[in-house]
Amino acid sequence: MIKAILIFNNHGKPRLIRFYQYFAEDMQQQIIRETFHLVSKRDDNVCNFLEGGSLIGGSDYKLIYRHYATLYFVFCVDSSESELGILDLIQVCCYFFKMLCRKKQMVFVETLDKCFENVCELDLIFHMDRVHYILQEVVMGGMVLETNMNEIVAQVEVQNRMEKSEGGLSAAPARAVSAVKNMNLPEIPRNINIGDINIKVPSLSPF
Amino acid sequence: MALKIVKGSIDRMFDKNLQDLVRGIRNHKEDEAKYISTCIDEIKQELKQDNIAVKANAVCKLTYLQMLGYDVSWAAFNIVEVMSSSKFTYKRIGYLAASQCFHESTDVIMLTTNQIRKDLSSPNQYDTGVALTGLSCFVTPDLARDLANDIMTLMSHTKPYIRKKAVLIMYKVFLKYPESLRPAFPRLKEKLEDPDPGVQSAAVNVICELARRNPKNYLSLAPLFFKLMTSSTNNWVLIKIIKLFGALTPLEPRLGKKLIEPLTNLIHSTSAMSLLYECVNTVIAGQYWFSLCVQKLRILIEDSDQNLKYLGLLAMSKILKTHPKSVQSHKDLILQCLDDKDESIRLRALDLLYGMVSKKNLMEIVKKLMLHVDKAEGTTYRDELLTKIIDICSQSNYQYITNFEWYISILVELTRLEGTRHGHLIASQMLDVAIRVKAIRVFAVAQMATLLDNAHLLTGNMQRNGICEVLYAAAWICGEFSEHLENPMQTLEAMLRPKVATLPGHIQAVYVQNAAKLFATILKSQEGNTDSTAAQDTSQLMIDRLPLFVQSANLEVQERASCILQLVKYIQKLQQKDVEVAEEVNALFAGELNPVAPKAQKKVPVPEGLDLDAWINEPPSESESEDEQPKAIFAKEEPKHSRPRHTEVDEKELARRREARKQEQANNPFYIKASPSSQKVLSIFLKSCLVLCPTGLPMSDQYVKLEEERRQKERAEKKKKEKKKRKEKRSGRGKKHDSGPESEEDITPAHQVDIVTEEMPENALPSDDDDKDPNDPHKALDIDLDKPLADSEKLPVRSHRAAEAAKSPAEDGETENATSLEPKKKSSKEKREKKKDKDRDRKVMVKCWIHHWDCKSSKHKKKKQKKEKEEKEKKKKKKHHHHHHHSDGGGEESVQNGTVEEEEPLPVSLSHRLINPQVVYDIQGNLQDGSQVVVSVIFENKCDSFLKSMEFNVLDSLNSKLQRPEGSGPHDGLTVPFQLPPGVSNEARFVFTVQSIVMPQKLKGTLTFIVKVDSSTHEKLDFKLHFTCTSYLITTPCYSDAFAKLLESGDLKGSSVRLEGVNMPFHHLLARICFHHHFSIVERIDSCASMYSRSIQGHHVCLLVKTSGQTVSIDAKCDEPTLLGNVLDEIKQTFSQC
Repeated sequence: MIKAILIFNNHGKPRLIRFYQYFAEDMQQQIIRETFHLVSKRDDNVCNFLEGGSLIGGSDYKLIYRHYATLYFVFCVDSSESELGILDLIQVCCYFFKMLCRKKQMVFVETLDKCFENVCELDLIFHMDRVHYILQEVVMGGMVLETNMNEIVAQVEVQNRMEKSEGGLSAAPARAVSAVKNMNLPEIPRNINIGDINIKVPSLSPF
Repeated sequence: MALKIVKGSIDRMFDKNLQDLVRGIRNHKEDEAKYISTCIDEIKQELKQDNIAVKANAVCKLTYLQMLGYDVSWAAFNIVEVMSSSKFTYKRIGYLAASQCFHESTDVIMLTTNQIRKDLSSPNQYDTGVALTGLSCFVTPDLARDLANDIMTLMSHTKPYIRKKAVLIMYKVFLKYPESLRPAFPRLKEKLEDPDPGVQSAAVNVICELARRNPKNYLSLAPLFFKLMTSSTNNWVLIKIIKLFGALTPLEPRLGKKLIEPLTNLIHSTSAMSLLYECVNTVIAGQYWFSLCVQKLRILIEDSDQNLKYLGLLAMSKILKTHPKSVQSHKDLILQCLDDKDESIRLRALDLLYGMVSKKNLMEIVKKLMLHVDKAEGTTYRDELLTKIIDICSQSNYQYITNFEWYISILVELTRLEGTRHGHLIASQMLDVAIRVKAIRVFAVAQMATLLDNAHLLTGNMQRNGICEVLYAAAWICGEFSEHLENPMQTLEAMLRPKVATLPGHIQAVYVQNAAKLFATILKSQEGNTDSTAAQDTSQLMIDRLPLFVQSANLEVQERASCILQLVKYIQKLQQKDVEVAEEVNALFAGELNPVAPKAQKKVPVPEGLDLDAWINEPPSESESEDEQPKAIFAKEEPKHSRPRHTEVDEKELARRREARKQEQANNPFYIKASPSSQKVLSIFLKSCLVLCPTGLPMSDQYVKLEEERRQKERAEKKKKEKKKRKEKRSGRGKKHDSGPESEEDITPAHQVDIVTEEMPENALPSDDDDKDPNDPHKALDIDLDKPLADSEKLPVRSHRAAEAAKSPAEDGETENATSLEPKKKSSKEKREKKKDKDRDRKVMVKCWIHHWDCKSSKHKKKKQKKEKEEKEKKKKKKHHHHHHHSDGGGEESVQNGTVEEEEPLPVSLSHRLINPQVVYDIQGNLQDGSQVVVSVIFENKCDSFLKSMEFNVLDSLNSKLQRPEGSGPHDGLTVPFQLPPGVSNEARFVFTVQSIVMPQKLKGTLTFIVKVDSSTHEKLDFKLHFTCTSYLITTPCYSDAFAKLLESGDLKGSSVRLEGVNMPFHHLLARICFHHHFSIVERIDSCASMYSRSIQGHHVCLLVKTSGQTVSIDAKCDEPTLLGNVLDEIKQTFSQC
C-alpha cells in the first residue's frame, strides 16, 4: 500500500499532496515538513530509500523518493510494495508531468524554454487539479491501478475531452485544457517495463 | 430568474480561478496569510451563489488551499453539492475535494450515499470511475456496508476501466466492512483470470494485500497464482505474486520446492532488477539455497549503486532472522557498510549487526559503535546508534554480556550524548541491570551516585534533551540500594540540591521519594554511633531542603514532599526525645520488590464464576460523569499488602505512601526481586572501584582492557589446569597446545551473573498473540475463505429441527421488520436492512441440503486375501455401526421436508469398513446462465485413514449432465482436486447443465477413492443427488406494483393447494416458505401475504398465501404449470413434515 504521495520543491513548499489515510491538515503539514527535512539533507548520490519518518507509518513504512531539479517526489509505502518498482513508478509520474508541460511550453510558455527544469514545477503549481486527475489514473486508494502508459494517457485524454465538451470549468484557461490531450503518444514507451528503465537513478541525467 | 443567471455569469467573469489564486499567492509573498484570508472570504461569497459553476470553481480553489494546510471542512456541504452536479467537470472537482478532505468523522458523508450509488450506476463510465476513485479515499464503514453490493456488481461491469477500479476498491470495502469479504471473494477470485490485464493486476493487488496479513487463508489459491506466475509477463503482477509467495512459503514447505524452478528461471532471464530482487527475497522466505542467495546479495551490496546496496542489506536482514550463521560470514562487508556515507545504508547495516554479535566480539563491536556515536552528526542517526547499542547488548536476556561493569560504564558514557531522545531507554536499562543482576549493584550504585553528583553536567541544557531521564534511574537506584552507598550523606545532599527543582516533575518526585529512603538508611547507620547529633543534623538537612519541593508546581512532587516533610519533622521530634526511630523508619521501606513481567497482569486467568463485565453496582445514570465510575472501583481495590505497620505514623498516610510507592514502581519497568537462587554467594570480580571521570579516557575502554586481561588470565588458568590434567594423565606429553582464537564457550562471564527473570502469575495463560494490535483492521479480515459460506452468511440453512426452531424467531423478526413497515416510515436504516437481506439472498442461493450418509460402500474388486479375515471379524461391529448410522439418517429425513430421498434398501451384508466419507451437497442455481446449476459437495472423511485419488462421477440423464472438461468421455469421472486426511472435510464444486427445470430429478452418482491404510484399496461410495424444483428458484425481490402488473398481464397460469392442520403462527409459516423455497414477501396484510420468486430460467412464480385457523390455502400463479405443480408439491411436503 502507498500511504501518501508528496511532491514539494527544494524549499519544502508542497506542490501536490495526496494522503491515502486521513490526517488532519496541521498534521499533514507537519508530515510534509518532517519529510522535507529528512529528504533535503541527503546528497543526490545516496540511495533513494529512507526510513525513520516517525510521523507517518512506522517501522513497516519507508520513504521512496526521487529528486528532479527543483522537485522532490516522495512516496510513503509499506513493505508490500516493491522498492524498485515504486522508483520506476515515480519516474513514470514525472514523465507524465513532463509531457504535460512540454506541450504547454510550445503552446504558450515559450519564454520558459530557457529554464526548462523549472517548467515542471510551474506546471504543477498552476494545474494541481490536473496533476491529481492524472495521478488518480495511476494510483487509487493507495494501490497501483494501472501501469500501462497508453491506457493511462487514453483515459486522461477522454476525460479531458469530456470536460472540454462541457465547456470546461471556465472559459479563460481553456487553452490549458488540451495540454494532456495533446500529448504525443508515439513518444511514450508502450508499456512500463520495469527492466527498461535504468534504475541507477543518481547517474541518470535528469530529463 | 433570467436576470439572476445573467448576473451570475457576469459575476463569474470577475471571479478568480485556480490559476489566479496561485498567481496571487505568489505575488503576495510578504502577506500571504492575509491575502489568503481575503481569498477565503471571496470563496465563501462564491459558495453562497446558486450557480454551480461558481461553486465548483470555489471548491477547486479550496482544494488548493487545503494543500497549503488550511482547514476547509467548513465547506464540506458545498463539496457534496458540487459532487452531485450532473456535469462531469464539476463532479470531478467535487470528488477530488472530497477525497482530499473528507474522513470518517465528516458528518456530511452520510448525505452522499445515494449520490454515490447514483454515480456508480451512471451510464457514463467516467462518472462511475470518478465516484470510485473518490470513494476509495473516504469510504466509511457505513458507506462500505451500503455500497458493497453495488460495487460488487461493478466488478462484472462490461468496461474493464470500471472493473479494475471496482476490484481495487473492494480492498477498502473489506477493511471497513469485513463481513463483505466472504460473499465477494468468489468473484474476486474470478477476476484473477479476467481477460483484461489491468483488471487482473488489480485483483492480484487486492488478494496480495489481503494475503499479506493473513496468509494461511489464501494457501488454496497457490495453484492459481502459480499458473499466473508462469504465464504473466507484466512485471508489476509478477512482483506482487512473488511477494505473495514469499508470505505463503513459510506456511507450506512443499510450495517452496515447487517454486524453485520458475524462480530460478526468472532470476536468470529477467532484466528487471526489481523482479530479480523480489525473486531472491522469496527464495529466502522459502529457506532454500541460502548460500546462493547470500552470494547474490553480497554482489548487490558490493554494487556501486546505493539503491542496490540498500536492498541487499535489507534482504540480508531477512536471512538473519532464520539463518544468522550464513550472514555472520559476511561480517567484514557489513562493518564496512557502517562507514558508508549514506545514512539509510548505515542504518540497515546496524540492523544486521544485531545478529552478528557473540560473547567474543560484543565489546569490539560496541566499541566501534561508540566511536560512531561520537562522530555522528544528526541526532536521528545518533539516536538510532544508541538504541542499537542497547538492543545489541540487552538481546536475549543479556546473553552476550560477560562483564556487566563494562555495560554499566557504556550506559554511563552514553549519558554524555547531548540531545538524545532516548534518555528513558538508557534509564530503563540501568534500572533493569541494577535490579536483575544482583552482583552488579554495588558497582551500579557507585556509578549512579557519581552521576547524581555530576548531575549539573547532564542538566546543563536539560529542557531540550531527554537525557535527564537517566537521573530518574540514578536516583531510584541510589535510594533503593542505599545500603551499598559509600557515602550516603553526599548523595543525599546531591539529591536535595536546589537545582533539582528545575528537573521535570516526575524525576523530582523520584528524587524526593528516594531521598526519604536514603534518609532512612543514614539514620540507621548514624544511630549505631552514639553521636546523636549527626542523626539530628541529617533530619535538619531534610527539613531545610524539603520545603523547596513542597512549593513545587507539580502535584506529585508537592504531595510527596509535604508528606515526607511532616514525617521527618515527627522523627526529629522523637529524636529530640532520644527515641530510637531508625528501625521503624527503615521499616517503611522494608521488603524486596520483585520484577514483574510487563504482561503479567494480562496473563492472570480469570477465575471461574467471575464475570468481569457484570456491573458491581447499579450502572450509573446518564447524568453521572463517566470517568468517575472506574475511579471509584479502583479505590475499593486498594491492595492489602502486609508490611510492618507503625502506629505512630498515620495509617492513611502509610496507605497513601504505599500507593505512591506503587505508583512509582509502576513507572519503573522492573521491580526488585529476591530469588532464592540468588542467595548463593557471587564472586564479584571488581578490581577497583573506578570513579566516573567525565573527561579523559572513556572509561569503558578500561573495562575492555580489564576484561581482556581477565580472559587472558582465565585462559592461562585453564591451560594450566589442562596441562595439569594432561600431566596427570600422560606425564609430560601434549606440550603443544596453542590457545588459538578462543571459542564461544571458553569465555565465562566475569560475574557469575544471576539474571533474575521476571515474575509471571501462577497458572498464567500462555498466549502468543500478545503483540497483536487489537485495533489492527486486518485482524477482522482473518476469515477462512475456503469454508463454504456459513449459515449466518447466507440464507439460514436447515439442518436440524432444534436448530431451526431456535433460528426462526430471529428470522421472523426480520421478515416482520420488512413486512410491517409503515409506508411512511421507510427510513434509510430500514431500507438498508431490507437491502441487506436482498444481498444475502442474491449472493447465496442455497437450495437444499441433504445429508447423505454413506449408503453403499462396496469394496472394489481388488481385495486382498489378508484383509478378508479382518473384515469378517469386523463385520459384527460394522453392522452395529451401520445401524447406528441409519437411525441417524432417519432422524435427518424427517427434517428435510421432502427433499430427502428414500434410501435404497441397504445391502447390509456389505463388507463395509470403517470408512465413512460423508457427502453433503448443496445445489445452487447459476444466475448468469439459466441452464447451469452448481453443486457444492463437501466431502468429509470420518475414518482414520487417508483418502486419495477421489473421483466423482454422476450418471448423466437426458436432462441433466455433469460438465466435464473438454476431451473427456461422457462417463468419465471428475477428479476431486484434493486428498482427505482423516477427519478433514473439504468442498468441491461441480457444474451441471440442466435443460428443463420444470421437473425434479434424481441423479445417481458414485465416488471412488483409494484408502490408504497399510496398503491402498479402492473403495466406492454410491449416492444420489436430488435436484428439487425449489433448487431452481432464486429469491428475487419484487415490488408490489411490479407484482400487480405481472398478475394483471394474464400470462400466468394458476393452481392452488390447501394445507390442513398447520399449527404455526403465520409469520413462521411465511418465513418457512421464504426460507426453504426461496420466495420473497411482496406484501403482507393481516393473514394474507403475496410472495414472489423466479426460476433460473426466468419463470415467475407468484403465491398468495392465506390462513384461517389451521388451514392454509396457497393460490399460485406461474408461467410454467408443471414447475408450479412441483413447487407446490414440495411446499406441501415441507409442511406435512412439521
